[in-house]
Amino acid sequence: MHNKTITELAQSLRAKEFSSVELTQHFLNRVNQHADLNAFITVTEDLALQAAQAADARIAAGNAELLTGIPMAHKDIFCTQDVKTTCGSKMLDNFIAPYNATIVEKLNAVGAVNLGKLNMDEFAMGSSNETSFYGAVKNPWNKNAVSGGSSGGSAAAVAAQLAVCTTGSDTGGSIRQPAAFCGITGIKPTYGRVSRYGMIAYASSLDQGGSMARSAEDCAILLQAMAGFDAKDSTSVDVSVPDYCADLNKPLAGLKIGLPKEFFTADLNADMAATLETAINEYKKLGAEIKDVSMPNLKYAIPAYYVIASAECSSNLSRFDGVRFGYRCENPADLNDLYTRSRGEAFGKEVKRRILMGTYALSAGYYDAYYLKAQQVRRLISDDFKNALNEVDVIFSPVTPTPAFNIGEKIANPIEMYLADIYTIAINLAGLPAMSIPAGFINGLPVGLQVIGNYFDEARLLNVAHAYQNVTDWHKQSPSL
Amino acid sequence: MNTQWEVVIGLEIHAQLATKSKIFSGAATAYGAEPNTQACVISLGMPGVLPVLNEDAVRKAVVFGMAIEAEIAPYSVFARKNYFYPDLPKGYQISQFELPIVGNGHLDIEVDGETKRIGVTRAHLEEDAGKSLHENFHGSTGIDLNRAGTPLLEIVSEPDMRSAKEAVAYMRKIHDLVRYLKICDGNMQEGSFRCDANVSVRPKGQIEFGTRAEIKNINSFKFVEKAINHEVERQIEVIENGGRVVQETRLYDSDKDETRSMRSKEEANDYRYFPDPDLLPVFVSDELKAELKAALPELPEAKLLRFKTDYKLNDESATILTSSRDMADYFENVVKISGCESAICANWITGELSAALNRADLEISASPINTERFAGLVARIADDTISGKIGKQVFEFLWNGSESADEIIEAQGLRQITDTGAIEEIIDTILATNEKQAEQYRGGNEKMFGFFVGQVMKAMQGKGNPAEINKILKAKLA
Repeated sequence: MHNKTITELAQSLRAKEFSSVELTQHFLNRVNQHADLNAFITVTEDLALQAAQAADARIAAGNAELLTGIPMAHKDIFCTQDVKTTCGSKMLDNFIAPYNATIVEKLNAVGAVNLGKLNMDEFAMGSSNETSFYGAVKNPWNKNAVSGGSSGGSAAAVAAQLAVCTTGSDTGGSIRQPAAFCGITGIKPTYGRVSRYGMIAYASSLDQGGSMARSAEDCAILLQAMAGFDAKDSTSVDVSVPDYCADLNKPLAGLKIGLPKEFFTADLNADMAATLETAINEYKKLGAEIKDVSMPNLKYAIPAYYVIASAECSSNLSRFDGVRFGYRCENPADLNDLYTRSRGEAFGKEVKRRILMGTYALSAGYYDAYYLKAQQVRRLISDDFKNALNEVDVIFSPVTPTPAFNIGEKIANPIEMYLADIYTIAINLAGLPAMSIPAGFINGLPVGLQVIGNYFDEARLLNVAHAYQNVTDWHKQSPSL
Repeated sequence: MNTQWEVVIGLEIHAQLATKSKIFSGAATAYGAEPNTQACVISLGMPGVLPVLNEDAVRKAVVFGMAIEAEIAPYSVFARKNYFYPDLPKGYQISQFELPIVGNGHLDIEVDGETKRIGVTRAHLEEDAGKSLHENFHGSTGIDLNRAGTPLLEIVSEPDMRSAKEAVAYMRKIHDLVRYLKICDGNMQEGSFRCDANVSVRPKGQIEFGTRAEIKNINSFKFVEKAINHEVERQIEVIENGGRVVQETRLYDSDKDETRSMRSKEEANDYRYFPDPDLLPVFVSDELKAELKAALPELPEAKLLRFKTDYKLNDESATILTSSRDMADYFENVVKISGCESAICANWITGELSAALNRADLEISASPINTERFAGLVARIADDTISGKIGKQVFEFLWNGSESADEIIEAQGLRQITDTGAIEEIIDTILATNEKQAEQYRGGNEKMFGFFVGQVMKAMQGKGNPAEINKILKAKLA
């Protein structure tokens, strides 16, 4: 059952080959069986079976949608009413959300079955899932390797087929990088395409929810249910959502693909370069034209990102003060003690590091040199992408410099960890949509190809990814667990 | 000694905008609800929630800007002011910093018969914090977040005021204005209108400002005057004793009538302002400005001028009648309905009605006598159906009941007697029974005339037409 796509599962459910309850139980069994991967923080078994039962009734009544009865799971960054929502932090280990995130509400409405909440880097700050209070997620392809982050649980759960599809969020690569490391497909849509309401904020101007699954088609189906304007999110954009499945099979003849010369340099790992070249050759066979593009400001993306993201997070995480919800230290002596110990005891190292960096960057006397300058760099990077996308339809790049590294390998060296996001974070600064699609293996570990598109051009990205998946089977590989 | 010092004052007034819901959420803003019953997930700053701007707050801010002839920013930005406090749920207040919605404007005040123009630097939108409750929690502090997210307009003046009196006049003027515009209820007890005062002193003639102290959260006109005067004395004393005023935030204690230090500049927060990434910039279109301009009510000064010229009212009456929009509307309605001279309408409103409202502690909008019934009274006095004296009796009936003036006059038999025959008859009787007094009058004792008027009125139960009585009495006593 777990090898089927969403469309196939929907057909089987309608044909009564099995029920959603049976399907859900099957996935719950897999979740328990592979608990060692540490992909889930919370498994909501009873709620899932109830939802499956309701889905079966809806299917029988003939008003089901594609996702009705399909077992999926949410990254633990999305608030789920009456269910623990931790954001991977000790700070929220006791937090039961009193409301549903908009995307949770939307997926409930179509009858998707939520199996539980997925592990993630603490407050989405990390690239390896090692900053999670609940421990690192193991890569299903090699349990000594990291799953990537911050949506590490989301990627590992799909790769290990513990859920058909999962939600994720991406601030600097948090959907694409773990998707690449785990050999699955993931899409970070245009900033504003998916509501952020109920998605616990890390860096508000960069955060964007998206979908993760084995294939582009499944990503399209899940994204379809998540996307759209939300009056509760002022930054969501009121642009109509096209049918993401309608153009999946459009021929790619004449598609113009840009390769940023700043990304394809001699520094690129030789195996990675070879893998990507093979993928690019497939696209040539499909009729695409390849063109070099230049984006001279990409080199400033990492410092600009860490200033902006840290600045925003230093403010966003102020509400975790031990006063109204979340962790509170024992026997505070006074108000200052309450603040300092609650935050000191409940936030992990990486979160503290970013709060401190951001606080510094926003301080009087430093604001212009850091925050303002970073915003100017951001504009230059956006312009680079705009110019490039005037010449080409999509841009290709690596997702990561290397395949998944080992657990413990980089956690002690934050700068090295930050540099691993070099190919993904510029896209968040520009607010563009981008995907990671499985493109091969290096030493038994999957690697991804990044496809970047123009604003609100998700349908094209999905089409580009789907065409490739029609002629390759990287996305169909499964790890032996 | 004090005469050599010049006082410099600037005010930051916080006016709570009279919107139904909060500035960034749908939670209600009504005052006095049970603690935390008007605190939705957004007011509580729950993880994952996002602010959505209340358009009504923007409209009210723009209306205020227009009323003080200020620049309305076509593009303004919300920023986060970051600091930790238990009643500040998100750990930051959403406010406007570099780009406020209302720019340079001004307002004229009158002090001791002189008009002075006070500059308004800016007015910006922001959310209020909650309340910390220190009583009844056995040493702990209670937090009530009903007020968190209530829309405020912070109105910042130039340091243009030179005395506590001017500061009070300015604050009153703003208070009148926001109520005129119906953008704030002005209720100072409930904290809907409060101010911070920046106070400094400098030797007369010096161009540079002295070091200022900021007195926080003053919620009455009386306290503003007292707090400033006290602070001025304190600063002068510090300087004259060879000390230096330090830049700091001070709190006015109304019980002890003194200000005391809250925190110095060194202890002040670095608020780390930056544009709020959760909110888009606010665009005020020309269409919106035109719409609001067209709907702008006549402003107090224009109304005062019009009342003086169109209704030929004296300064005092015109000032009282334009002190609020409701009062002015009441007056104009009474004039219109009664069709009477404006002077008599003004007299009865500023006299009898205002006194009764004061006694009952009621606003004109809550007057038990509506304009129609009041106009009925004025009309009967104007057409001599009743005298002014009887008018006061009719007023009492109007105040305490629901009948019209005509019904009261009929039912109580208060109609004035103007029939000269009837008056003559009574005068003849009185002159006959008071021959001695008549002799005295004729002998030159003019005071006796009053005696006769009183006697006649008494005999006529106050219903005699005074003019007629005077005329006939004069003739008969000649």
